[in-house]
Amino acid sequence: MVMAGLLAGCGTSGGSGSDGGTITAYVYGDDAVKVQQAAVTKFNKTSKVKVKLVSVPGTDYVNKLRSAMGSPSAPDVFFNWGGGSIKPYVDAKQLVDLTSTVKNDATLKDGFLPSIMTAGSLDGKIYGVPMRGMQPVMLFYNKTLFAENKLEAPKTWEDLQNAITTFKAKGITPFALGGADKWPELMWMEYLLDRIGGPEVFQKIQNGDTSGWGDPAVLKAAQTVKELVDQGAFGKNFNSVDYGNGGAPTLLNKGKAAMHLMGSWEYSTQLGKAPEFAKKDLGWTAFPTVAGGVGDAADVVGNPTNYWSINARTKHKDAAIAFLKTMASQEYAKALVDNGDIPTTSNAASMLSTSPNPQFANDQYSLVQKAPSFTLSWDQALESQYATPLLTELSKLFAGKSTPEQFVAAMKAVK
Amino acid sequence: MSHHTPHVKTRGGRKTAVGNVGRPPVSWALPGILFFAVFAIVPLAIAVYLSFCQWDGLNSPTPTGLDNWTRLFKDPEFRQAAWLSLLLTTISWAFQTPVALLLGVWAAGRQRSRAVLSAVFFIPLLLSTTAIAMLFHALLDPNFGVITEIGPWFGIDPNIMGSSTGALLTVAFVGGWQFMPFHTLIYQGGARQIPEVLYQAAEMDGAGMFRQFFHITLPQLRHTITTSSVLMIVGSLTYFDTVLIMTKGGPGTDTTVLPYLMYRTGFQTYDLGYAAAIATALVVVATALSLILVRFSGFGNMRSTREGM
Repeated sequence: MVMAGLLAGCGTSGGSGSDGGTITAYVYGDDAVKVQQAAVTKFNKTSKVKVKLVSVPGTDYVNKLRSAMGSPSAPDVFFNWGGGSIKPYVDAKQLVDLTSTVKNDATLKDGFLPSIMTAGSLDGKIYGVPMRGMQPVMLFYNKTLFAENKLEAPKTWEDLQNAITTFKAKGITPFALGGADKWPELMWMEYLLDRIGGPEVFQKIQNGDTSGWGDPAVLKAAQTVKELVDQGAFGKNFNSVDYGNGGAPTLLNKGKAAMHLMGSWEYSTQLGKAPEFAKKDLGWTAFPTVAGGVGDAADVVGNPTNYWSINARTKHKDAAIAFLKTMASQEYAKALVDNGDIPTTSNAASMLSTSPNPQFANDQYSLVQKAPSFTLSWDQALESQYATPLLTELSKLFAGKSTPEQFVAAMKAVK
Repeated sequence: MSHHTPHVKTRGGRKTAVGNVGRPPVSWALPGILFFAVFAIVPLAIAVYLSFCQWDGLNSPTPTGLDNWTRLFKDPEFRQAAWLSLLLTTISWAFQTPVALLLGVWAAGRQRSRAVLSAVFFIPLLLSTTAIAMLFHALLDPNFGVITEIGPWFGIDPNIMGSSTGALLTVAFVGGWQFMPFHTLIYQGGARQIPEVLYQAAEMDGAGMFRQFFHITLPQLRHTITTSSVLMIVGSLTYFDTVLIMTKGGPGTDTTVLPYLMYRTGFQTYDLGYAAAIATALVVVATALSLILVRFSGFGNMRSTREGM
């Protein structure tokens, strides 16, 4: 009450004379927007320059941002995935380089997990400040099915093969896969390449050296994909299963599939679709090792988090930076935790006990914290001119329309 | 002269007094022409211009001459998409025309039940394409859709959308399901124009139902067939929403038809110059096809609905 009174007093005295202007911020419109909206409301109480949050529906986000950034009505601040998702804007000199700002500011510099800051950078320069939860890809499984078949969560490739054989014999699809959406297939390629050849192989590709697709580890990963498909690890009809409309998650919670490789949001998806299952039967583990691979089994792939970046054409750069700083605050991190997200702030661990599912939150946080490398999802890490053909070629590989060799050749040829 | 005297001339240069009766001056068409120019001609011209540029949507377009066009003719993906578009168009036409024709002729009758049933047939056209695509997508879900129950009775593998042929046929079927009522309506109108006396005469000569259909109805409907076919072909060539929602161009690239390839190139890869080239090529092909169809069917000679009697 006292706080509210003070803030209200501030507002009337501050707002009487000068009009500070407005910062427009585009954000990916989903359930987490309420956390950003609360942060904006709080920031606006003390700032002369007001932030106006524009929530763009998820499916339209990338397109709308792209058209807006090419127009005079571009946002001042916008949500992104770092990496390749901002490369076109960096190339067009449309983003504020935040490297020195972050280095000279203790709040920003020490506020976030270092691997997360690095993952969103481009060519060693920082263009974004983390603003949402982490989304590592994990192997989810049905605990009841595993117990019934006397299996443990797979740690090695041998365990995985054993699980595949066992479940197939019982008429259960080993892995749910939303192949119609294409991007769930990418998660398999990302982990397989990391485990087989280490994170460096993709880093090379991400840094613009397309000859990296010719690395033997890429071919091995593609061959492993083909083996899994031919084995029936994903069942027969994964090409017509979606993730978006709930196809793949339903396979898991109905017991028709035993495992599902998916981003950490699978937990909240299951909680929404089948709360009982999510609470009692849903298990999670890291992606297993792959025989003969040189990658560290602690490596993680997925979306480290999302970032706010600042448009170089903004008239209120200082105010925008001040807004970005609030993302490192304890209060903001707490709001994310309450929403079921795991913040990427360095102090997050202490708050996770209040998460809707503390165990899932802690496991996820330590998975990321201990990870020597966190590879950003390839379709976000690469520019769209590579990401779109990648998803197309991968879909052909999974559908048996091309061979692992053809996949490699096609990716090397993308210009 | 204070009033407008219309001087409409025919190709031969003769004034045709009869043709001028009651015709408004050309200026009446100006609003229409203006509207058409702003919303069709200008965007088309911009697209043609962009097809000679490289453009990522952020920076300004840079002219690159014929680059996009030479790439287009060498691109195996474009060739595949063009082939799939033609295939989809052919399947759609071959499947929709006979059904719409028969339904239309049947619906041209005057019984009350026909009117009610015709109204029911018309319903799919009133639904949005997106809603229809999502509906069929749910029905055809290989694990939980109705197809898993019904499919096996007819020996159909529920994984329809996951197979190349199945996905393409499904897209053609769903589109047909939606637009057939429209073509039925066209055929119904056409069939009602056929003078009753022709049938009465045929009956007197002892012609049965089939002979009447093949010797009177079908020839009398030939211009209606052309109209419907042109609309069908142009519609099928620009088929997009169903593909986007139901198959996303997959499995692999087996349903990546031209409009979807254009969308992917333009709004996922942000190669807007090349996407403009694909779009322009599509316009050229669609225009050429409809012109050919109109020419060969003698549609252009039609002067009245009674022509060819």
